[in-house]
Amino acid sequence: MIYVGLGGIFGAISRFLLGKWFTSKTSGVFPFGTWIINISGSFLLGFLAILNLKEVIPEWTWLLCGTGFLGAYTTFSTFGYETLQMLQSRKTKNALIYVTASVFLGVFFAWIGSLLGDVL
Amino acid sequence: MNVIAVGLGGFFGSILRFMVGKAIPTQSGFPLGTLVINLMGCLFLAWFFTITAKRKNINPNLILAIGTGFTGAFTTFSTFSVETLNLLKEQQYFIAILYVMISIFGGITLAIIGTKLVSLDFKLKRKPTRGGS
Repeated sequence: MIYVGLGGIFGAISRFLLGKWFTSKTSGVFPFGTWIINISGSFLLGFLAILNLKEVIPEWTWLLCGTGFLGAYTTFSTFGYETLQMLQSRKTKNALIYVTASVFLGVFFAWIGSLLGDVL
Repeated sequence: MNVIAVGLGGFFGSILRFMVGKAIPTQSGFPLGTLVINLMGCLFLAWFFTITAKRKNINPNLILAIGTGFTGAFTTFSTFSVETLNLLKEQQYFIAILYVMISIFGGITLAIIGTKLVSLDFKLKRKPTRGGS
């Protein structure tokens, strides 16, 4: 459990710093930060999940990097809140694009990650 | 300091996610644990960010620790993606679509309820002062 917590510390901090950096670089109309974070995290977890399934990596590595770090690095609550904010400011099209692009690319890149894990 | 606040929240949020995930196992192929975690997180974060925006006297590091750190780390998008992928790989298309739909629409609906709870809370608290004056 301590591995999950330790990974969580660094996952949350990485999300915070990367999110802040993205916000400073973009106009803020579209939440690119959370979007990139969730997709890149899905890719890496797809990759790690295969390595965990094949028992290539020890249990603690999965808990630290998978459940802890990547679980905390990506976020669903901010994704939901950002979507709601777009809906409330009547940017329905942006909200629709954000949700669709997050879900489809998230699953797609998790698949690419799992293929990479299969090859290794 | 703000990085420490986010990290501290992330530590406890991840551990709580891990424990809730263990307490609610997958129900006949349906990833109920992650769903409950993500929906609860959406409700709480919308309520928390709305109420802290209205009350100006709250320490910004506390908002970072509880909102960005704790709730952000408690909920997860990567597990949601990988679970959907696994359902698709197992050709459980109906459960996969159901999982995505309930997560998305449920998450947004609960976030709306979260923001509404704030105005309800303010109304309830305003009533006695109005009656008293």
